[in-house]
Amino acid sequence: MILAQQLILGLLVGGLYGLAAAGLSLTFGVLRVLNVAHGDLLMLGGYVTFWLFSLWHVDPFLSLAAVAPSLFFLGLILYCVLFRFVVRAREEVRIKNSLLIGFGLTLVFQILAIQFFTADERSVTTAYGGEAIKIAGLAIPLVRLASVVLAFLVLAALQIFLNRARWGRAIRATAEDWEAASLMGIPVGRAYLWAFALGTALAGVAGGLVSVSYSISPTIGLEWTLKALIVTVLAGLGSLFGSFAGGLLLGFAEAGSGLLLGGAYREAVGLGLFLIILITRPQGLFGSR
Amino acid sequence: MLWALLGLGAGFTAIPLFTESDYLLNLGVQLFLAVALAQSWNVLGGFTGQITLGHAAFFGLGALVTRTLWGNGVGILLAIIPGILVCIAFSLLIGGLAFRLRGDYFAIGTLALAEMLRIIVGNLLPGISTIPSTALTNYALLPRYYLGLALAALVVGVAAALARSRIGLGMQAIREDEAAAAASGVGVLGHKLLALVISTGLAGFAGGVFAYYHASYYPQYPFSPLWSFEAILMSFIGGVGTVHGPVLGALFYTILKEYLAVRLVEIHLLIFGTLFILIVLLLPGGLVEVWTRFRRLVHRGS
Repeated sequence: MILAQQLILGLLVGGLYGLAAAGLSLTFGVLRVLNVAHGDLLMLGGYVTFWLFSLWHVDPFLSLAAVAPSLFFLGLILYCVLFRFVVRAREEVRIKNSLLIGFGLTLVFQILAIQFFTADERSVTTAYGGEAIKIAGLAIPLVRLASVVLAFLVLAALQIFLNRARWGRAIRATAEDWEAASLMGIPVGRAYLWAFALGTALAGVAGGLVSVSYSISPTIGLEWTLKALIVTVLAGLGSLFGSFAGGLLLGFAEAGSGLLLGGAYREAVGLGLFLIILITRPQGLFGSR
Repeated sequence: MLWALLGLGAGFTAIPLFTESDYLLNLGVQLFLAVALAQSWNVLGGFTGQITLGHAAFFGLGALVTRTLWGNGVGILLAIIPGILVCIAFSLLIGGLAFRLRGDYFAIGTLALAEMLRIIVGNLLPGISTIPSTALTNYALLPRYYLGLALAALVVGVAAALARSRIGLGMQAIREDEAAAAASGVGVLGHKLLALVISTGLAGFAGGVFAYYHASYYPQYPFSPLWSFEAILMSFIGGVGTVHGPVLGALFYTILKEYLAVRLVEIHLLIFGTLFILIVLLLPGGLVEVWTRFRRLVHRGS
């Protein structure tokens, strides 16, 4: 029973890993930049939700409608100020420089968050926060379930955008082959801008959901980046739902190993999965081109 | 340039003869650790071009192993060696697998290793690690200073020897163009692994010196991503892929940090973060590049 309960909780957190990873893999897949500050963008999104709730009592799920555009905007700025210059280089240099710049950004965001929001751990506690659905003796926390469902819906909406909308197709074409896309008259720079801002908005939404279901603090960024990276290695690029499924898998595996090895070693499972992928699928899910 | 480094080393050897100021000696140890961190990162990230964001994993491992052994009565010099070996073993586990693929796998793998070790060590050893009371009462700064100096000298010496050697050339060829290097007969995987072993082993040595130097700290502290950041930042300030760049960067960083940390306690890291991003974007060659450009300008003028 405890086992089943833990595994369910693992799946629920896994849905958010998936959402975080989807944003990361969107940026990596399209721009070929590895934004290590992704988790810090998530953290900032979480703070937007938190402050909207604690200052104006905005319902956290409702506040996502403000989080997504504000992080989208931040994404536009970041791209125009920094990553626009990174994508000019050839691919290897791009990844290298984006790793470095992202690492610097991580520090900058973290210090700024500590300055403005203090280092305290925060979470949004709503009136309905404690409610749970009980099925066969298992308790499923309502808020967490709603978060995962919402994460799934956001990804579904994005998938429809990528499949149907003009700019969505432009982004996909750019991810496929930017030179060909450019020859077909797609403004590649604009597609990069869109993709980066969308990835940032996804991180923001994920952060908002994290602040409701779990907690946020200025230092969580790197941890979430890592979860997203591992999920991306696990699930590969190119499919938002693949990322979601990979997230669920990581959450599930973490919960399982937490029970087997004890909570202290719970984090080791991500590294273990990473190494297993290197051994079993060395052609590289992650680097598939 | 090599003479300048030797002179610097001689100068630091002589400092304790003239002053007994704890402040200066402490600053010295911090500088030596900084040089070792930056230069050891540089061997892998600079010479060989394999960027790692998880250098702290090896610094932390070295500190953890050395501290544990030393705390249990093993002599410090003997305690440092297993720390180095553990680092090399962990790095080969990840590097041996990841290097067969593209470089970003390695960056992710080391970053994951560092974060996970940090969290696991934090869970298992939540308390502060303090050196035994006997060692605390006899705590002397001078042996720490000279051990740190020996570490820094070794790391810089290895980097200098490497830069002039055939192996070092192979590493730099890999950095510039891996396919071309392989086509020219450079054993890519072997060179990368050798750079990895040297880099992480030296980081482990630095961790050992850290464990010997610091009287009390949280065991997870040396695993903090901040150490990785510092190593990369110092290399970039000075000049990635050169021998004297990281030394210059470490000097610059340590002194500036000392100056800023007193005056702008909270935001000095913000300044360094921004400075780092600017250097990567605008001045990827660091101070060394500024110097060479300046010299070229002077030569053209005369």
